[in-house]
Amino acid sequence: MEELISLFVKAVFIENMALAFFLGMCTFIAVSQKVDTAIGLGAAVIFVLGITCPLNNLLYTFILKEDALIAGVDLSFLSFLAFIGTIAAAVQIVEMALDKYAPALYNALGVFLPLIAVNCAILGGSLFMVERDYDFAESVVYGLGSGTGWALAIVALAALREKMRYSQVPAGLRGLGMTFMVTGLMAIGFMAFGGIEL
Amino acid sequence: MSQNSKEVLLDPLFNNNPIALQVLGICSALAVTTKMETALVMSIALTAVLTCSNVAVSLIRQYIPASIRIIVQLTIIASLVIITDQILKAFLFDISKQLSVFVGLIITNCIVMGRAEAFAMQNTPSMSALDGLGNGLGYSLVLVLVAFFRELFGSGSLFGVQLFSKVTEGGWYTPNGLMLLSPSAFFLIGLGIWALRTWKTDQIEEN
Repeated sequence: MEELISLFVKAVFIENMALAFFLGMCTFIAVSQKVDTAIGLGAAVIFVLGITCPLNNLLYTFILKEDALIAGVDLSFLSFLAFIGTIAAAVQIVEMALDKYAPALYNALGVFLPLIAVNCAILGGSLFMVERDYDFAESVVYGLGSGTGWALAIVALAALREKMRYSQVPAGLRGLGMTFMVTGLMAIGFMAFGGIEL
Repeated sequence: MSQNSKEVLLDPLFNNNPIALQVLGICSALAVTTKMETALVMSIALTAVLTCSNVAVSLIRQYIPASIRIIVQLTIIASLVIITDQILKAFLFDISKQLSVFVGLIITNCIVMGRAEAFAMQNTPSMSALDGLGNGLGYSLVLVLVAFFRELFGSGSLFGVQLFSKVTEGGWYTPNGLMLLSPSAFFLIGLGIWALRTWKTDQIEEN
């Protein structure tokens, strides 16, 4: 149990998807202008990462891994294709399920759900999970943790950008340039968590 | 080369840079730039995948039903990335270890999807190839520039060749450790965008 908690904290703060590994940056920069939308997107990412990471873990352990399906056959080269397929399918199913059973949440997440299928943070989560040999329980925790970390970062950045609209930024830095600078400063802040050992 | 195709090839370098203006494909751009070597290999891999996927998507663009085009594009891109990954593992094993998951992440690199969707779906294969090459070069330009500064100031070397002799080895240069950590990549890209927009003032955003 303790290991799982420490893995969670590590995934949220120390190895933050957005700020330490630069994953999901495109959406991170593009959809961080308002706190409301950032919260919606963040929730969707936690949700999808929490589902696809364990799913891909099962897929990898029982089908793709060396000797898993047929002895002597290593299918792991197919993992990119299998993972992206799982992610796209999972996103689609989640979308339909939410539409039917939780319309409020579905409307809140809106266009972000389908977009998430091509977010690198989601695929990155699955690839890191394979690279680090997580078992099933660990992959659930890792998926949720890294999603939470990403959501935290995007909400924080959106809040900063809302405030920044009232500041005098040099012309060439306005918008994208300044966003990078602020993200860099946030990354330094998150580095302070680096020394934590649990 | 006609004026039009020249534009398609060279525009993405400065006028319409995928990273600095279109905000595409930043994820991998930042993570592999601590060394020139990895940045260069990553650039070549991405440019190759982008050019091939643009051509492939453009070739079958009239046969793809609109409702499943995303899946078709993803499958094409994923297959190309698998090939790239296998080639890297076979011939450049050390570098492919260092690139770790980021080769796989070319699949979700927005540049590849974005160009397939925005350009290759409407244009002929040869133009799409030029567009892919141009955008790949625009991406590579940013990557190599960032990697140049990070490796030079972070470890005093370029391509692993020591240029500044480090203090720890009796020289004069104290390596700037921050350059090897993630925040510096954000700062360098931010500064790069600032410089580009000071030169090309039409790219300045409204406040």
